[in-house]
Amino acid sequence: MSKKSYRQAINEALRLEMRRDPRVIIMGEDVAGGQGGSSGVVDAWGGVLGVTKGLYTEFGPERVLDTPITEASYIGAAAGAAATGLRPVAELMFVDFVGCCLDQIMNQAAKFRYMFGGKARTPLVIRAMFGAGFNAAAQHSQALYPLFTHIPGLKVVVPSSPYEAKGLLIEAIRDDDPVIFLEHKVMYDDEEDVPDESYTIPFGEANLTREGDDVTIVAFGRMVKLANEAADKLERQGISCTVIDPRTTSPLDRDTILDCVADTGRLVIVDESSPRCNMAADVSALVAEEAFDALKAPIRRVIPPHTPVPFASVLEALYLPDAAKIEAAVKAVMNHKVTEAA
Amino acid sequence: MQIARETLLRSYRAMRTIRDFEERLHVEFATGEIPGFVHLYCGEEASGVGVCANLTDNDTISSTHRGHGHCIAKGVEVSGMMAEIYGKSTGVCRGKGGSMHIADLSRGMLGANGIVGGGPPLMCGAALSHKLLKDGGVAVAFYGDGASNEGSTLESLNLATVWKLPVVFVVEDNGYGEATGSSFAVAGTQKARAEGFGMPYMECDGSDFFAVYQTAGEAIAHARAGNGPVMLHVHLARWYGHFEGDAMTYRASGEVAEAKRDHDCLELFRKKVTEAGLLEHSELDAIDEAVRDEIESSVIAAKAAPLPVPADLLADVYVRY
Repeated sequence: MSKKSYRQAINEALRLEMRRDPRVIIMGEDVAGGQGGSSGVVDAWGGVLGVTKGLYTEFGPERVLDTPITEASYIGAAAGAAATGLRPVAELMFVDFVGCCLDQIMNQAAKFRYMFGGKARTPLVIRAMFGAGFNAAAQHSQALYPLFTHIPGLKVVVPSSPYEAKGLLIEAIRDDDPVIFLEHKVMYDDEEDVPDESYTIPFGEANLTREGDDVTIVAFGRMVKLANEAADKLERQGISCTVIDPRTTSPLDRDTILDCVADTGRLVIVDESSPRCNMAADVSALVAEEAFDALKAPIRRVIPPHTPVPFASVLEALYLPDAAKIEAAVKAVMNHKVTEAA
Repeated sequence: MQIARETLLRSYRAMRTIRDFEERLHVEFATGEIPGFVHLYCGEEASGVGVCANLTDNDTISSTHRGHGHCIAKGVEVSGMMAEIYGKSTGVCRGKGGSMHIADLSRGMLGANGIVGGGPPLMCGAALSHKLLKDGGVAVAFYGDGASNEGSTLESLNLATVWKLPVVFVVEDNGYGEATGSSFAVAGTQKARAEGFGMPYMECDGSDFFAVYQTAGEAIAHARAGNGPVMLHVHLARWYGHFEGDAMTYRASGEVAEAKRDHDCLELFRKKVTEAGLLEHSELDAIDEAVRDEIESSVIAAKAAPLPVPADLLADVYVRY
C-alpha cells in the first residue's frame, strides 16, 4: 500500500495485467510517442498525459503500439483483434474523438456477440479521458458516458478515485465484453492509498462512500468527490447523506440506488454530462418508476446546462456541478413541503 | 499453373453453391417469406471462391452487405445460412443476425457487415492477432468499390502499411455502389491509391476463377510471408440489383445480359477445365446435381425450422452482465 495518483494507479493496472497475460496489448496515439521523426527518444510521452509512460520500455513495440492519428482504423483494429484472440486496451485519448470512430464501437464491437448468436467474445477495453475543468473547451471536455451507456453490448466504467481506477481497470481488462473506461482528466494527480498488488472491483456493484439518513446522493466519476465535500459540510449542519458511487453506468446497480432511496426518501443526482438523456435522467426514471411511494420530495438533478462546454474559466465554473450546487440541491429537497391537494 | 484436382472440384462446388443459393433466394424473396433485405452475389462467385481457395480456417475474412458468397467460400455451412436468412433459431446466428450479419468465427468468418467500410479496420485487428500470436494466419478484407471511398478503408490501408500487417485488401469492383456508378464516385484509381500507401497492387478479371486464384495466391503469399499488406482489385459484374427488389433502372439495358453471356464464371470454368482435360463434364454435372439437392433441402429445412423464442431476445447481449 502506498500513495498513488489516479495516473499511477491506471498505469499500474495496465502494467500488472500486461505482465500477467501476454495477450494484453495497448495501442493508441502516442501511448509511447517518439516513433519516427528525427530519432529522438521513444516512449517520450507515454500518452498525452503520461498515463502509459514506461510501458513501452518494459513491453516493447509489439505490445505497446503507437498508432497514426486515425481513430476509425485503430479502434476498429482493436475490436477485430479482440474478436480474434488478443485482449487490446485501446486509448482514445479524449473521449470527444469518438466522433471519428463511433461506428467501430457502436456497430461493430458492441454488436458482435448478439448479432452473431452468442458466438463472439470481444474482450476490448477503450480508455479515454473525459470531463470539464481544464479549460479544454467544447471538443475536449465532454462527459460522454451516457452515449455509451445507451448502447447495448457495451459496459461503461467511470472510476471516481485512484483506488477505484486500479481495481476497475483490472476488472475491465479481464472482462470478456467491450468496456469503455472513462478517466476524468482533472483527477490524474489526485492521490490516495492504493494497494501495490493486483485486485479487482466487480462491475455493477455500487460503492457507498458514506451512509446517512436524510438524503441519497448518486454521483458519477469526479462528481463523487464533490458530493462527499458537500456531504461533509451538510453533516456539520445536521443533514446526513448517503453518497452512492455506481462505479459503472452499464451495468447500473439499480438495487443499491432503490434501497438507499427507500431508506432516505430523498434523492439528488449529480451528473457532469449534458442534461438531456443523461444518467441523472436515467436514474430519475428508475426511481420514479420503482420507488415513487418512498419519495418525500421531488428528485433534484445537479447537472450542467444544455450547452457545449465553454472555454473561459468563469463560464466553465458556471457550467459544472460543484459542491455548493450539490449542497443547495440537498437543502432544497430537505426543505420541500408536501402541499395537500385541495 | 498447377491446381490440385481437389481444389478444382471444391472450388467449382463452392461457386455453384453460391450461384444456386442466390438464385434460389431471388425466387424465394419474391414470395415475401424472407424478412428484411438480401443482397445477392450472383456473377461474382469466382472472386470470393478464388480468394478463399488460398485460405484455411486459421485465416480470417470480413465481408460486406453482399456476404453470402464470402461465407460459402470460407466454409460456412449452407443450411445454417439459409435458416439464418429465414430468421430461424437454427440459423448460424440463431436468427439474430440475418443476411447482413452472417458470421462463423470457427471458420475465420468475422461477419458480413451492414456498414459500408466496416470490415477493413477489423481486418487490421485480425491481422494484428495473427501477427502477434504468430499463428501464420492472414486477414482478408473484402469490400466494394463503394467502400473503397470510406475513410475507415483509407485509414486501414495506412494503418496496415504502418504496422506491416498481413492483410489483403480485396476491392470487389462491380462498378456500382448501390445505384451510383464507380465512374462517378471513385476519384483516381484503386491502383494509385495502393501506390499512394506504398502497397503492392494487383488486379484480375473476377469472372476468371483461375486469374483470381493465382493473383490472390500471390497477394496472400506476400502478406503471409510478413511483407505487409497488398491490394487486390477484382473486376466484376453484379447480376442483380443492390438489394432484391431493386429494378436497376440506372443500368443500361443489355449490361447484365452481356455479363451473363460473356462473363459467367461457372461457364468459363467448365469450358476451361474440360477443354484442358482436367475435369469431365460428368463430374461437374454431378456437382450441379448435388448442389441442387443441398439447396433444396436447406430451404425445406429452413422453412420448417423453429422460430426464436422470446427468451432469445435477451440472450447474448453480453458474456456476463
